[in-house]
Amino acid sequence: MSKTKKILALALSAAMALSLLAGCGGGGGGNASNPGGGDASNSGGDASGGRVYWLNFKPELDETAQALATTYTEKTGVPVQVITAASGTYQQTLTAEMDKNAPPTLFVIGNSAGVADWGEYAMDLTGTAIANELNTDAYNLYDDAGKLVSIGYCYECYGIIVNPDLVERAGHSMDEIKDFASLKAVVEDIHANAATLGFDAFTSCDMDDSSSWRFTGHMANLEYFYEQKDDPWTECPATITGAYMDNLKNLYDLCINNSLTAPTDLATGGHDAAQEFKDGKAAFTVQGSWEYASYAEAVPNATMIPYYCGVAGEEKAGLNCGTENCWAVNANVSEADQKATIDFMVWLVSDPDASAKMVEQLGILPYKNSVESSNGFLTDAAEYTANGCYVMPWVTNYQPNVDEYRRGLVAALNQYNADQSDANWEQFRTAFVDGWSVQYQTVNG
Amino acid sequence: MKTKKISNSNSIRRATRLWSPLFLGPVVIAFFIGFVWPFLQGIWLSLCRFKTISNAKFIGLDNYAKAFQDAGFRHAFWYTALFAVVSLVLINVLAFAVAYALTQGIKGSNLFRTVFFMPNLIGGIVLGYIWSMIFDGILSWYTTSILLESKYGFWGLIILMCWQQIGYMMIIYIAGLQNVPGEMLEAARIDGASRWTTLFKVTIPNVMPSITICMFLSLTNGFKLFDQNLALTAGQPFIIQPGGGTIKTTEMLALNIFNTFNASGGSSQAKAVVFFVLVAGLGLCQLGYTRKKEVQQ
Repeated sequence: MSKTKKILALALSAAMALSLLAGCGGGGGGNASNPGGGDASNSGGDASGGRVYWLNFKPELDETAQALATTYTEKTGVPVQVITAASGTYQQTLTAEMDKNAPPTLFVIGNSAGVADWGEYAMDLTGTAIANELNTDAYNLYDDAGKLVSIGYCYECYGIIVNPDLVERAGHSMDEIKDFASLKAVVEDIHANAATLGFDAFTSCDMDDSSSWRFTGHMANLEYFYEQKDDPWTECPATITGAYMDNLKNLYDLCINNSLTAPTDLATGGHDAAQEFKDGKAAFTVQGSWEYASYAEAVPNATMIPYYCGVAGEEKAGLNCGTENCWAVNANVSEADQKATIDFMVWLVSDPDASAKMVEQLGILPYKNSVESSNGFLTDAAEYTANGCYVMPWVTNYQPNVDEYRRGLVAALNQYNADQSDANWEQFRTAFVDGWSVQYQTVNG
Repeated sequence: MKTKKISNSNSIRRATRLWSPLFLGPVVIAFFIGFVWPFLQGIWLSLCRFKTISNAKFIGLDNYAKAFQDAGFRHAFWYTALFAVVSLVLINVLAFAVAYALTQGIKGSNLFRTVFFMPNLIGGIVLGYIWSMIFDGILSWYTTSILLESKYGFWGLIILMCWQQIGYMMIIYIAGLQNVPGEMLEAARIDGASRWTTLFKVTIPNVMPSITICMFLSLTNGFKLFDQNLALTAGQPFIIQPGGGTIKTTEMLALNIFNTFNASGGSSQAKAVVFFVLVAGLGLCQLGYTRKKEVQQ
């Protein structure tokens, strides 16, 4: 009995000591930062050939990225490690990973705030092999000194996605919708007859974290875009005027008041707008081109229209096109690692198989040798442009201290949704306009 | 016989002295790596401006000045203090009452103890989301939400914490109540003491060690609360101030530090140090005070 106990105690003590030593032991080997439990040999790297560690920003790209990394390693022998940050935690993950012995060699700097925060960690990509592959400069980000900090690896668009079959079943046609007034007429008619039709106009407009960005990030873009249209911003302004708040209100009110879920029930969320659209429960939803594959499966002829909001001349509006998907290469890793990383990037956007997989997942890649996209929403965007409509770029990328700024907008919208009074809209305007300068000061003050 | 005993005890002591570093070593090393070093580094970083901890630049006490100028932090401080006091009182009174009831020999005591303890096994984030659904399910009848009124957020968090913590504190109180000497209770009964008098004059003084530890735990838990706060209200509703600033009416200290960390450049680290000093100071004061009330059996 006592012998058994002694053996057991000894075994447990040994296990504890070993686990402790194992926890401490990794540091000396240069492999301490092998996040995600991948193959440790990857992060050690091949000293002569360099290593690639891609800290990926888009969870939906993870599976494809992992597969591409494996293929690349098999073909070239260069170790490639892909770690994907959980949704909404990229900044925290990047901050933690950047301090490790083997930091990411490839990471994302997607907007001007990112350039301010992480620009000094990025090498100048001007004249590199990957920069030479680009077919446009439109999605590149530069710092104040003109350093090419990051380059777009795909671009996307967002707007109002429509199920044309449902619009027609309600006795209307897509050709009717040309501006805010015509959109409003169709939407309000569908909502008024929702009970008879069996579907409503808009999907739910939840204000929880999984959905609020569609309004505080995407729809907000229309205000910023029109505000700077005649004098485009090149950097985050310290203040904004909110001159087009009424237009934002037009479209926002139309969405929340003609939807499957009452405005008073939006605060805590719990509705699945994507599923509602796919199930044919609503004819309109606010979303982006990255959802094309899943939406087109249920609604093959789904199409995307611009944010019509009552601005003069908006019949010439196109979709909101831009990106936050911009690659930066770590300036603080060895030259061998930088070269290995750039070679990997070039392979991703130029190899026929690799770029086909990237395109399938991401939409259009702005590179000379990548394959064409079959994303219907991006085709819509291109058609608008071909017809002489103006593109609405992602000015929303300038939002200062973005998470905190949007939290303020969500809180104000919750109050407004519960009681659509002028006073509550004024509160939202304050959060939108004055909140911008407060957050600008927080970051730059 | 006596000599043998002494020599036995000496050899045990010698062996203990000889082997103790081996057994204490791993724990001391782990404590140093996992607590002491990060804590010292945290204090150093609170005096620096930094993005990643390897490129910190010393700036003196600026971060502390900035932290105290933050209206959101000041609000979170008082809000947390109020929450900690209310939750401390409610959790301990209710946990003691339940423990007292379940040590009176009623049928099914063990089942009740298990059931009351179970909420403590569920993680804070899960609890927060479950309770937000429950509260909103009720409040939607009155066309409102827990995110729209500060008072709902406050009491919602109190209810959640009571539900989670009462079972845990109850177990500690039950252990204390079972240790009250039977002869003392019997003596009180023979002397004609009423149930209330027995409770206040005999039982409670004897369970003071349990009260000390339960109060310490609920006070520090109240101050350190994070995940339940994040999942239940995330600080909403906000007061949008005329200049565009926001006061998050239900944001507690830990959540405020977390939310402001990325853009703070170091002032959140100063807040974290202030937070530690506050929680440690209050906890130690409370321990010192309640220990004085403990009686020696």
